[in-house]
Amino acid sequence: MAFKIIVCAKQVPDTNEIRINPETGTLIRDGVPSILNHDDANALEEALKIKDKFDDVHITVITMGPPQAKDLLIECLAMGADEGILVSDRAVGGSDTWATSNVLAAAVHKVGDYDLLFAGRQAIDGDTAQVGPQLAEKMDVPQVTYVQKFEIADNMKDIRVERALEDGYEVIDIQTPCMLTAIKELNTPRYMYMKGIFNPDKDIKVWNAKDIEVDLTTVGLEASPTNVFRSFTPKPKGKGVVVEGDTDKDLAKNLLIGLKGKHVI
Amino acid sequence: MAINIIKEKCIGCGQCFPVCPADAFEFEAYDGNKLGKVAKINAKCTFCNQCLTACKFGAIEEKKIESAVDLSDYKDVWVFAEQRDGKLMNVALELIGEGYRLAKEISEDTKVCAVLVGDGIDHLAQECYEYGAERVIMIQDPLLKNFTTDAYTKVIVDAVEEYKPELVIYGATHIGRDLAPRVAARLNTGLTADCTRLDIKVSSYIDYAKNNTTLDTSTLDPNDPSTGIKQTRPAFGGNLMATIVCPRTRPQMSTVRPGVMQKRDRVEGAKGELVEYKPNIAESDIRTKIVEIVKSAKEMVSLTDADIICSGGRGLGDPSGFELIKEFADKVGGVVGSSRAAVDAGWIDHSHQVGQTGTTVKPKIYFACGISGAIQHLAGMQTSDIIVAINKDSDAPIFEVADFGIVGDLYKVIPEIIAEWDNAEALYDATTK
Amino acid sequence: MNFQLTKEQEFVRKMVREFATNEVEPLAAEIDQEHRFPVETVEKMAKYGLLGVPFPTEYSGAGGDHISYAITVEELSRVCASTGVICSAHTSLCCWPIFNWGNEEQKKKYLPDLLSGKKLGAFGLTEPGAGTDAAGQQTRAVLEGDEWVLNGSKVFITNGGYAETFVVMAMTDKSKGTRGISAFIVEKNDPGFSIGKTEDKLGICASSTTELIFQDCRIPQDRLLGEVGQGFKVAMSTLDGGRIGIASQALGIAQGALDVTVDYMKARKQFGKRLSDMEALRFDVAEMATRIEAARLLIYQAADMKDKHLAYGPKSAMAKLFAAETAMYVTTKCVQLHGGYGYTKDYPVERMMRDAKITEIYEGTSEVQKIVIAASVLGK
Repeated sequence: MAFKIIVCAKQVPDTNEIRINPETGTLIRDGVPSILNHDDANALEEALKIKDKFDDVHITVITMGPPQAKDLLIECLAMGADEGILVSDRAVGGSDTWATSNVLAAAVHKVGDYDLLFAGRQAIDGDTAQVGPQLAEKMDVPQVTYVQKFEIADNMKDIRVERALEDGYEVIDIQTPCMLTAIKELNTPRYMYMKGIFNPDKDIKVWNAKDIEVDLTTVGLEASPTNVFRSFTPKPKGKGVVVEGDTDKDLAKNLLIGLKGKHVI
Repeated sequence: MAINIIKEKCIGCGQCFPVCPADAFEFEAYDGNKLGKVAKINAKCTFCNQCLTACKFGAIEEKKIESAVDLSDYKDVWVFAEQRDGKLMNVALELIGEGYRLAKEISEDTKVCAVLVGDGIDHLAQECYEYGAERVIMIQDPLLKNFTTDAYTKVIVDAVEEYKPELVIYGATHIGRDLAPRVAARLNTGLTADCTRLDIKVSSYIDYAKNNTTLDTSTLDPNDPSTGIKQTRPAFGGNLMATIVCPRTRPQMSTVRPGVMQKRDRVEGAKGELVEYKPNIAESDIRTKIVEIVKSAKEMVSLTDADIICSGGRGLGDPSGFELIKEFADKVGGVVGSSRAAVDAGWIDHSHQVGQTGTTVKPKIYFACGISGAIQHLAGMQTSDIIVAINKDSDAPIFEVADFGIVGDLYKVIPEIIAEWDNAEALYDATTK
Repeated sequence: MNFQLTKEQEFVRKMVREFATNEVEPLAAEIDQEHRFPVETVEKMAKYGLLGVPFPTEYSGAGGDHISYAITVEELSRVCASTGVICSAHTSLCCWPIFNWGNEEQKKKYLPDLLSGKKLGAFGLTEPGAGTDAAGQQTRAVLEGDEWVLNGSKVFITNGGYAETFVVMAMTDKSKGTRGISAFIVEKNDPGFSIGKTEDKLGICASSTTELIFQDCRIPQDRLLGEVGQGFKVAMSTLDGGRIGIASQALGIAQGALDVTVDYMKARKQFGKRLSDMEALRFDVAEMATRIEAARLLIYQAADMKDKHLAYGPKSAMAKLFAAETAMYVTTKCVQLHGGYGYTKDYPVERMMRDAKITEIYEGTSEVQKIVIAASVLGK
């Protein structure tokens, strides 16, 4: 029987590209590309490495998002995943991490048997790192987060991982089925394969809330335990001075004079 | 708290459209006004509430959702007092301080309780008292010696169900951020990640907002009696700050970024109430096995403690640029930091990263070299006392926060700063004479 | 009319842009200065299918189209024109004639290794005395028993030093002029075949440009590509397609130069003003951007016509002529806008200007393109 991996991925705005309009204090999203969340790409890469190494490995990528998140699945399939599932439904909009994990859990149930759940540690738009553990809880499987190294034994059951800590790491043994969340140190994600981009047999499914048979009282904005109360932009600090100088040496000297004047050196 | 458009008040002017960061406004036909259309909110809405004050006609409102549980059954503020190897983490002490402040904002008789989980850690209770904990809930078992998700989740969930705290806060460490979501999911309650500010009273939230943010506080009532927590955190990669509430479930839970909250002054010999909680935990509950814990031999960066940080970004052009940054840092007695872009490019280890997903720093001087100032970087360093930006692009956002900006080639300017560093005093004296 | 890229084409651009940014750009200045062929990059291009974009998957191609191929060369050339031409010469000049003119056995034998990038390909037409006048072939092939025996030499062969499969033109019947030319597939280890001098060039310094030497080079009879006497047709049809590749290379160079120059203009201040705020210079940028976009449209149109099997020869000639002149115009201007810095190797526009020049010369000089275009307008 195939070894089945489910990778949870998210399409996110490239937060490196976002700027704030200084006049209105609002986000400038024009021209900000949507990308595969970085940590999720690491999770997918590790799944693909398992597929490279062993026969009969099947990778399903699940994402939740608006219809255009289908692009993310095309990208994942072009990298080598076998199947993509987009859960898209207005009923799940506004879900916080708890409600999102309910949606993903329902989708995973619908997919059926799996050996490994893999996700990125966190998404760069929310940076919560909560959905992975919360999905693991809903699926009642053990978890290891912050995975920086992964090895699976030939029995396809015993896994040894390194879990990053602030001041080192833990070596942990865990068995399938389980949930792992990846960090960037785990690997370097591959690019899409040209062949994958033109693959006409893309296996992408779009499911709505009804398809995944999720309890509608546990998803979406109204079911979410947390809500946004207010949001705002941080107040920018007052503008400083541009150091003047005709040569690089003058610039350096004038900077040091300025710093000395502030009594910081 | 969804957003609702009151059709009768909307005149279809579209003034609210540009305010929305998610581009969630569109028009729908409506024959009740002159323009024949009203604003409508589509599925892109992230419920950020940015638009609430945008409508001059009062057509945008929050739609409240009623609570399901009796919130008054829950009492006290819990701090997960994280320990490793029998030593309290610094963030635990910070959170005891913050928990104390929050408890007293809720009510005089609300207590801050430190929850200690481990084995052979009796000695830590006293330290918790001395930093402000009024009660310690001590949970010890040989199976709890080291952190495992399964064991810690189980004992904390059991204790929460028994004692019903109204608020539980954790350090946003690699352990806290593993444990808290699992606990929250099992308790079916809300959790807010990586908070940098917590408020109970609306009045203190208003004070904070006025001093530090662009938030229009006119819709907030300083006399609002609600004691629900307002958890403020960077969102959208730090481009926005969001304040999150958890109105209908208990306990409310947050993870809090280390280094942000204030410890209380230590009171030697302080006393508190000890509650020994007997955990119900078996070996079979734990589905992971720790083979070993390795302390990293990585070079200590300790960005948080540095007085001077010299950071490099994408503008270095290639990884070897960090050699110059290192030389610079050595000269000025600083440590090397970096932007996310440089880390993402693989030029330097993540442990050097300053910003939203890296370390939050507050040095006396922050040198940003070849860093454009992506907002998530600014989020991690803009409270530095003095920021010096060196960048070729005079439009780079870093200059917006810099106290001193140098528009120039960092490879030419930095060697000059290194050369002149020791002469600073003489240079300064020369200008004042 | 539909001027939107397809979803696949957009993904191709995204993929190659990322690949080029991470794998190609960091090496560009170094391999240019060291005149070093980027073997490691070629291996990576092979792995990701960049060396077989517009060919069917049954031969291990990517199953893509020619616009995607043009985008691939454009995006590689945007950061490194040497890498761009490695891909272009391999794909257009070696893989394509085998795909189009080869019999099924030849396609099965050669294409999988070429399209998967296991082997690199090259094309031998130009000779010391037969450049623009391709008909003046001196290399001869004589059938002896069941072997063809080749004698002569080829010059300026892109990928020459690193290719393992060569499509080579040789005269089989001098009396018939261009109809006496035939095409052959030559393998690197064929007896009597060797690689001669490597050229020391002005630009595209990391590409390999060599001489091919045939001294009683014996190859089996079944290496004949197409029919005897079809070689000139093979060569001309190959160059029609090759021009899409070189035009894309020129486009990429121009776009790359403009992109770095825009960044520079926003940063550089003179007379208290940013260059990007100076009206005269803004007009320069407008002119460059417009020419680049026009070149792009011509190229994509020619590529689209090729996919649709329309007569695209004059279109690809226009695309190549215009894109090459645009590349030269834009890079010269970009060096100017950089001032003294632009003349140094500290800034990539110096390399880009040197690289641009070749696009006006190889795979048909601009003058040859004009001959082709004029013939399509005025008749021969």
